[in-house]
Amino acid sequence: MLEASHLKYKYTSGVTLSFPSIEVTSGDSLLILGNSGSGKTTFLQLLAGIRKPTQGQIVFDGISLDSMSASTLDKFRGRNIGIVFQQPYFIDALTVEENMMASCYFSSMKRDDQRGVQLLDRLNIRQKAKSSPRQLSVGEQQRVGIALALINQPKLILADEPTSALDDNNAQAVLNLLREEADRLGSALIIVTHDKRLKDNIEQTITL
Amino acid sequence: MNLLSISWKNIQHKPTSVILSLVLFALGVGLVAFLLQVDRQVQQKFENNLAGVDLVVGAKGSPLQLILSSMYHIDAPTGNISLEQARPFLNPQHPLVDLAVPLSLGDSFKGYRIVGTTRDILELYDIQMSDEKLWQKDFEVTAGAEVAKKLKLSVGDVFQSSHGFTEDIHSHDEQLEIVGILNPTNTVLDQLLLTTPATFWKLHNHGENLPEGDDRAGHDHKDGNHVGHDHHDHDHDHGDAGNDSETMLSSSSNAYLLQQEDSLSITSLLLTFKGRNFQALNLGRNINENTDMQAASPAIEINRLFSLMDTGTRALNALALAIIFVSGLSIFLAMLNKLRDRKLELAYMRVKGASRTQVFMLIIFEGLIIAFLGSLLGFLLSYGGIYLLSTSMEANYNYSLSAGSFSMAELYLFFGALVMGALAAILPAIQASKTDISITLEGN
Repeated sequence: MLEASHLKYKYTSGVTLSFPSIEVTSGDSLLILGNSGSGKTTFLQLLAGIRKPTQGQIVFDGISLDSMSASTLDKFRGRNIGIVFQQPYFIDALTVEENMMASCYFSSMKRDDQRGVQLLDRLNIRQKAKSSPRQLSVGEQQRVGIALALINQPKLILADEPTSALDDNNAQAVLNLLREEADRLGSALIIVTHDKRLKDNIEQTITL
Repeated sequence: MNLLSISWKNIQHKPTSVILSLVLFALGVGLVAFLLQVDRQVQQKFENNLAGVDLVVGAKGSPLQLILSSMYHIDAPTGNISLEQARPFLNPQHPLVDLAVPLSLGDSFKGYRIVGTTRDILELYDIQMSDEKLWQKDFEVTAGAEVAKKLKLSVGDVFQSSHGFTEDIHSHDEQLEIVGILNPTNTVLDQLLLTTPATFWKLHNHGENLPEGDDRAGHDHKDGNHVGHDHHDHDHDHGDAGNDSETMLSSSSNAYLLQQEDSLSITSLLLTFKGRNFQALNLGRNINENTDMQAASPAIEINRLFSLMDTGTRALNALALAIIFVSGLSIFLAMLNKLRDRKLELAYMRVKGASRTQVFMLIIFEGLIIAFLGSLLGFLLSYGGIYLLSTSMEANYNYSLSAGSFSMAELYLFFGALVMGALAAILPAIQASKTDISITLEGN
């Protein structure tokens, strides 16, 4: 489903990083391990189509990201790629529920309130639907972040350091959530992290 | 969920940052709207009341004062002229004058002016009225619609007038009786009490030098303060009195005035010309140069007044536009400031699939919403201002303004304000649309 081959990225400073070729299919989980400075974040940005590689190509469901116009790519990302950030982002002026609606709106996806409610239910934050996300605890914010990444039922879930700020129990819980939801949707899950605790939980691992 | 609602929620989320912009916008738009309304309504009032009068003739003094007192009833008269002086114009044979309406001013009732005049004044203002409602004999009064409403006057009421234009300084003893009430005309007549010129002579001379005929004042209303009574029987009495000269020649006509003594006086004459030929146009200058009277053209004097007002209005307009500009600037600065805090949020929207155009429009909408609310608030302020001004004008001059009329000018102002809001937001919006989305994944 996702194929990234021979990716290279040249920074403005002149340094060029090469990345291993990867291939994931629906339902796969892949852990990309790497220390700070190894280019983890850049790799993730390339996979999400946020940066353009200087060499190599990314093919998503048979379509090369390269071939898309900027605005097509924006909508494509909104629909097909869910990103879980290390520190979740929200539109601060909106409630949890409204943030989910905005996700659908920006990616031009049809809104499905029932799916949203079920998702919040499974993440155990349904009672926070009308709250402002910034008023929630860190753990709750992280789960809202996951809900926002998953609301459009993406084919690919990219998670950036989802556990590095959490203790062992919470890290395990978040990881389980991500895997469960990915299984439920049949999505591919790629986690980029320096958190070696996750190594034992995911079969496929690449180290940068 | 759409861009507009997200913009709206953004504004609600941090209201303090927009309050200054809102207030400035409201002040600027409010001031312009207020000036537009006042300017338009005052001009309308003045022009409605021009009534085709070509020349006003009265005692020497300020021509503007003569116009204001005789046509708009807002200033003191310049003085009186004698019937002898006025006589040539009252003569229906006058080669240039089509209509001559004599006015006697100087008395009032509860702040509303009483005007001694002939029925021809109705012709000036194109008013049709059935005869029985009109003043015919001395001490009969036909009330304007506005006076009647404000003072709750109805046909048959009697009252005592006061000397001067302020309330109750010195009341005359004689009673005047309301015989009719005019329909609303939207002219100055609405706020006047109309009676005959001879009524003024009788009120002021107390029996000396009076024209013969109507002796009603002497004997009629001995039973004082019975406002509101039915005076049907009095009318009957008069019929029986059979005063022939009076019924044949009503004292509310020029023909009657022509028969009276030279020494009697009136305040001024409103003239219309038969045609606007050279001679007619020179009439005013001839009067000014060759008589003890002065003649003034309402159109010229009112134009002079407008041009005086215009200077002030323009200065205030400039000030108001400056305020609107500053409010636009404050929107611009507030947004630019907020943009720094919102960078991550905007980048996040982009990651979520929002296009650059959508992010651009999001910021533009915020500018528009502030401008919209500010303008709305401004219009409310201006209506409040009009209401206050109208109240004070009514107390002082019996003129009122109406809040709520909305013309093309206001529409332009409204759209202009919206454009200003959008313009102020353009630069921040461009900057927002250039937000680099890769920052969402950095700096963690």
